[in-house]
Amino acid sequence: MSAEQDSSTESFESLEAHAYQLEVRRNLLLSTPALIVLFCAASGPLLIMLVFSFLTPGDYGGIKWQFSTEAWFQVAFYRDIFDETVSIADAHLSIFWRSVKLSFLTTLVAFVLGFPTAYFIATRSPETRNLWLFLVTIPFWTNLLIRTFAILEIIRNQGLVNNVLIALGVIDQPLDMLYTDIAILLGMTYVYIPLMILPIYASMERFDFQLVEAAYDLYATRWRVLVRVIVPLVKPGVIAGSILVFVPSLGAYVTPRVLGGGKHLMIGNLIELQFGQGRNWPLGAALSLSLLVIVMVALIFYVRSAQKEGGAHGH
Amino acid sequence: MATSSRPFSIERMPGFSLLALTCFFALYMPLAPLVVYSFNAGDNIALWEGLSLRWYVAAWENDLVQSAAIRSVVVAVIASVVATSLATMVALGTTRTRPYRGQTSIYAMVNQPLMVPEIVTAVALLIFFALIKESTGYHGYAYLISAHTAFCIPFAYLPIRARLEGMDRVLETAAADLYATPWRSFTRVTLPLLLPGILAGAMLAFVISLDDVVITEFVKSAGQDTLPTYMLGQLRRTITPEINAISTVLLGVSVVMVTIIFFLSRKKA
Repeated sequence: MSAEQDSSTESFESLEAHAYQLEVRRNLLLSTPALIVLFCAASGPLLIMLVFSFLTPGDYGGIKWQFSTEAWFQVAFYRDIFDETVSIADAHLSIFWRSVKLSFLTTLVAFVLGFPTAYFIATRSPETRNLWLFLVTIPFWTNLLIRTFAILEIIRNQGLVNNVLIALGVIDQPLDMLYTDIAILLGMTYVYIPLMILPIYASMERFDFQLVEAAYDLYATRWRVLVRVIVPLVKPGVIAGSILVFVPSLGAYVTPRVLGGGKHLMIGNLIELQFGQGRNWPLGAALSLSLLVIVMVALIFYVRSAQKEGGAHGH
Repeated sequence: MATSSRPFSIERMPGFSLLALTCFFALYMPLAPLVVYSFNAGDNIALWEGLSLRWYVAAWENDLVQSAAIRSVVVAVIASVVATSLATMVALGTTRTRPYRGQTSIYAMVNQPLMVPEIVTAVALLIFFALIKESTGYHGYAYLISAHTAFCIPFAYLPIRARLEGMDRVLETAAADLYATPWRSFTRVTLPLLLPGILAGAMLAFVISLDDVVITEFVKSAGQDTLPTYMLGQLRRTITPEINAISTVLLGVSVVMVTIIFFLSRKKA
């Protein structure tokens, strides 16, 4: 009797295990086609690029199948062609520095403007809130090239900004804004600011204003309420927004190409040069992977701090 | 106390509304001259010489623009249809299921194009496709289409997964109780419920493919310009309102698509 019962629960368990196996197999089968495409046209090529970064550049672009660590060396150092003296590659490092600096400033400006905007949307009535949100989403899904081109048009010497400033008598000569770092900063902020607003809004949406009321009851000033109550509680959104702005800014290619005019390069443009005029594919591969490493460090930092936040709230 | 004209509001932060409205103004203001000058009768993007559709006609009659436009649409249609089908399958395989080994890796693979900077993917594809081109001699559209398909997958995946997560299994269970075959319950129950998510995903993928500049610029073979890469090339020369006309059309397409997606994803399951 008891033996029979045992075997029936056992068979039930094995049936259960079998159903689970079938489910897993079904899931894997459903996922395989997409994974194959992604491996062939997204992840796999990154591995090939890693191999290429350890090869010797070909004479007219491409590579020679000869192992070399020269490309990685050239990312940071410069070897004189004639006397082989080694010095720091100022050109590369200044471009890396400009990229980091401009991306950081873009994130900062986007935060200063984006935070109040997200707050503004979150404090509207639920019906109008969606409309404001929609107004942020539209530019976000509009072609990046078109938005960059729009900035190019308004900051040109005969552009809207200069014309208005001259008409107002603020300046009498047009300001040379185009093809400067400022132009790139302006363009990147314009292009990426929705990525700051949307996540901050997402964490503000659930914000409980009773906490603010409590703070005011305890004689907090507005500034103290903002800095000590609101900002700490929406911090996950702020961190997510900052990462979402910082990462694409760092890898920007179109905006600095159009607004920097080929003089003010960022990492993306330096990489492109190695596949065009520079014709040093291994160096281009090594630079791309360096950029990828910086981005991954930023993302790991984000995941860590998100986990820490989650943990802190869990207690 | 009585000096304040407005009652004390706990939600109000001084200056925030002003900054927010400035931000909204700044988001739309630069687009205005772009659209306005596309209707300029003159040759210049700075001097207004009257209203005309001249540059729309010019763009339409420009063979390079026409072939680039057709190419953009064809690539976007194929890439978004394939990407959406694949994304729907992955979404079904990763949502509403007991956790299994490899699930996290699948998430990571699917979302990878969102995390790696576009320029890095572009260069990696350039290298990889150069190897294939060298060994096979094939220079067709398969490269462009497969690259577009890959980066469209995560964009199609997100709304489909979101929709699927909000769907109850009850109806499918009921269908199974009524002796529907798994396939029949999928086509008659799951798919119709999932459709708004699939449509939103497909349109998102279409917009993303249509707008892509960086990856296309690096992957395209000679004579495979899409509208955005054609425009990028033109920006190096003297700019005519033709570019404004093309931009305005693309802008219109994006706005219409995003509006539809917005309403599709607001409908509750």
